[in-house]
Amino acid sequence: MARAGSTGRGRLLVIAIPYLWLLALFLVPFLIVVKISLSQDALAQPPYTPVFDLAQGWAGFKDFVSQLSLDNYGYVLGWDNGFVEAYGSSLVIASISTALLLLVGYPIAYAMARAPKGVQPALLMLVILPFWTSFLIRVYAWIGILSPEGFLNQGLMTLGLIDQPLELLNTDLAVYIGIVYSYLPFMVLPLYSALEKLDGTLLEAAQDLGCPPFKAFWSITFPLSLPGVAAGALLCFIPAVGEFVIPDLLGGSDTQMIGKSLWTEFTANRSWTASSAVAVLLLVVLVVPIVIYQNIQARQLEAGK
Amino acid sequence: MSSRLSWFNVTSLVLGFAFLYIPILLLVLYSFNASRLVTVWAGFSTQWYVELWQNEQLIDAFWVTLRIAFLSSLVATVLGTLAAIALTRYGRFPGRTVFSGMTYAPLVMPEVITGLSLLLLFVAMGLERGFWTVTLAHITFTMCFVAVVVQSRLITFDRSLEEAALDLGCTPLKTFFVITLPLILPAVISGFMLAFTLSMDDLVIASFTTGPGATTLPMRIYSQVRMGVTPEINAICSILIGIVAVIVLAASLFAKRQEALRRREELAARG
Amino acid sequence: MAADQGRTQTIGAVRRTFAPWDNPAATPLIRFENVVKTFGAFTAVNRVSLDIYEREFFALLGPSGCGKTTLMRMLAGFEAPTEGRITLNGEDISGVPPYRRPVNMMFQSYALFPHMTVADNIAFGLKQDGMAKADIKARVEEMLALVKLESFAKRKPHQLSGGQRQRVALARSVAKRPKVLLLDEPLGALDKKLREETQFELMDLQMSLGMTFLIVTHDQEEAMTVADRIGVMNHGELVQVAPPAVIYEQPATRYIADFIGDVNLLETKVVAAGPDEVELACEKTPAPLRVAQGLGVPAGDTVFLAIRPEKMRVELKEAEAGPLPENAFEGVIWDIGYLGDLSVYHVELACGTRIKVSKPNVSRLVERPITWEDKVRVTFAPDAGVVLTR
Repeated sequence: MARAGSTGRGRLLVIAIPYLWLLALFLVPFLIVVKISLSQDALAQPPYTPVFDLAQGWAGFKDFVSQLSLDNYGYVLGWDNGFVEAYGSSLVIASISTALLLLVGYPIAYAMARAPKGVQPALLMLVILPFWTSFLIRVYAWIGILSPEGFLNQGLMTLGLIDQPLELLNTDLAVYIGIVYSYLPFMVLPLYSALEKLDGTLLEAAQDLGCPPFKAFWSITFPLSLPGVAAGALLCFIPAVGEFVIPDLLGGSDTQMIGKSLWTEFTANRSWTASSAVAVLLLVVLVVPIVIYQNIQARQLEAGK
Repeated sequence: MSSRLSWFNVTSLVLGFAFLYIPILLLVLYSFNASRLVTVWAGFSTQWYVELWQNEQLIDAFWVTLRIAFLSSLVATVLGTLAAIALTRYGRFPGRTVFSGMTYAPLVMPEVITGLSLLLLFVAMGLERGFWTVTLAHITFTMCFVAVVVQSRLITFDRSLEEAALDLGCTPLKTFFVITLPLILPAVISGFMLAFTLSMDDLVIASFTTGPGATTLPMRIYSQVRMGVTPEINAICSILIGIVAVIVLAASLFAKRQEALRRREELAARG
Repeated sequence: MAADQGRTQTIGAVRRTFAPWDNPAATPLIRFENVVKTFGAFTAVNRVSLDIYEREFFALLGPSGCGKTTLMRMLAGFEAPTEGRITLNGEDISGVPPYRRPVNMMFQSYALFPHMTVADNIAFGLKQDGMAKADIKARVEEMLALVKLESFAKRKPHQLSGGQRQRVALARSVAKRPKVLLLDEPLGALDKKLREETQFELMDLQMSLGMTFLIVTHDQEEAMTVADRIGVMNHGELVQVAPPAVIYEQPATRYIADFIGDVNLLETKVVAAGPDEVELACEKTPAPLRVAQGLGVPAGDTVFLAIRPEKMRVELKEAEAGPLPENAFEGVIWDIGYLGDLSVYHVELACGTRIKVSKPNVSRLVERPITWEDKVRVTFAPDAGVVLTR
């Protein structure tokens, strides 16, 4: 009996340690963000009021609540302040990038799944390898390619296709290229694992029943790869909405993305309260895709059994 | 599902891999350029690597980053493995939904949110920001990646192996170390490697949570990149790419060799 | 050779007289008392009471999902009963964790530790007990010899064939000399020939080790071959516990009659009930049916007559055949299944019901004596059938 008790304790520890860690360093910080988004900027350390003081008990709590305000949300949602535009354009850029990623990633994943079994691990390795190299480096590489004196412009000019450099860097196009380039492994891997699982005899059965290969693709392969499509799309879309490095390094001054706005609000304007409000609203925008993504993830892990 | 590849498939693969690798190859190639102009080839030179060696700021940043990455990925591996066990082995327990939500959310959470929220936590707790706060932040977001990697291994793990050990008189704790851990070790190691590279790579979360004296390499690179493209950055990027490529290739070759050995032995057993 | 023969004779002698379950003075080794196991709303095991005796080879038989594996896992300690008690040697073992029970299990998947050699796998349980190194070595060698794998000690499980893995799993689970060995579908992964051979090896092993074996299987032939007694389970309930021959010849319910082997089940009414004979009337035949079995069922009740196909005779109906005798049916051959050693005749009666009759093919079959659409008579002896009320 004593033994059974100690296993119960072990089980409790295994759950409690990571649980408490995530509560303290993942969930509680969000609550703090929400709280600060309802506070006012102040010239103090920390630079916001009210500061909740447990020592003052219930009266202190009432006092604290009465000082909370929605002013920051008014500021962030005000039309003139550019945040609403930034939310909108982040969603647009993320959607277009995700569509482009699907368009680029699907043929690659399909070809990988169709390749001889022996070379598939090598191909998989080739897709994953860039992911292990620094994200920043991969974005940086494109500055050298897209800049006015960069490789692309030089190449096009050498070929005589253009006679003066194209404006490529610091445009939305550069942001699209950057996102597609950096996120491609995240799109290809779920697609590949969905396509690779596909039972080859299904296609043979379809052909045996008189369905030509192209039609079999649309009526068999594609529908069965949809879980992979959904996983890949969400895995790219959600972080892309909040992307900061790519629009900052590759985008132009008129490329508005909410991650960049948040960063600027925080570092340049030093408004902790407004940036908290921006973060809370960004999370509100993303909560639905995140929940869908989690459901897919959980279901796939279950199916793995 | 394999056959001879159609021209369409071959084209997709060739174009896809060209897209993935040409930018990196150009970057590495031009780190050996003699000219300060990054995009005009002026002959082979290693001068930028030499200059790098004398750039103490960068070297400091590199060591800081390495220490943070090592420490945080070590702790993250332990925490992530525990989380994976809790999620796969203990069925339903109170708060499981919240727990699994907290484990999967950081995988897709925009870094600006994670970074900001952790910063605000550290400020609220009155912690002095620097090496330790970045390490804490990195543990938190990388442990979730470890958890997912280990979890997908645990799900396919034959539980009767553990039951057999218990049945033969081995206590649960000992069973974990003698049976479970050795068998999930490859997943734990790849979780560790993933956490390590994610930590080495992180710019946004580190920028939010760091303080004076703990500038990481990505932060240094970032502030220089904002000034424009320079061959030194190409050089340091090439070094990082080289390190990662060697480690990852070595690991995968090792895994492949093990696999081949195993397959041969299996064939021998059947024959 | 002589020694070998001697041993088999002893086994035969023991097998012939071994029946502690008939001895009211015998105390059982394992006792399940009103054991219930529920998983949420699902009842996996429902009020099972069962006694298993020392040195018995007991088989739990049933379709998948009938609760037989859950029952076994409760004995091993991997599941705790929701209600009821399990005792081993008179001691309640419900609080004892699996690693402290004198019971070992051979897993369906074998569960061989893939990172350990064959010898290390077999030594694993002994090491947990803190046995001395030299003793462990000796015991491992003994076990390897027992399963004839002496030259494979240094191999890893993936370097073995399926049959060899099965033997390692067996050796590992008996190495600790447990009081009870649990075998969860131990032969399920082997092909038919190897399975049949191994069944007899298991029986010999059980005899020579003198252990109690509890086997879980869904293969009725396997259960009938190896077991002293069989417990048939269905929907979490233990429906009959008896030696194989009794299960087959004297099934307790229609479910068991149907589950074990092939059977014709006919709904009948009791016409007259004697002390050791009942007369039944069946709508499917005008002939009266007389069965040598006294049941105490009053006349007028509906009962079921169960007759195995091999216990009936099928014959061509001759042109000048007399009126239908007792215990007979008349019909037309609707289909024939030729199985080599025997043929199964499906006879369609006038009412449309089909009954199965099998007939050994004692001579080489060149031309069928009975063929499709032949008019036939089917007869059976008074002691061939069983009357079932449930």
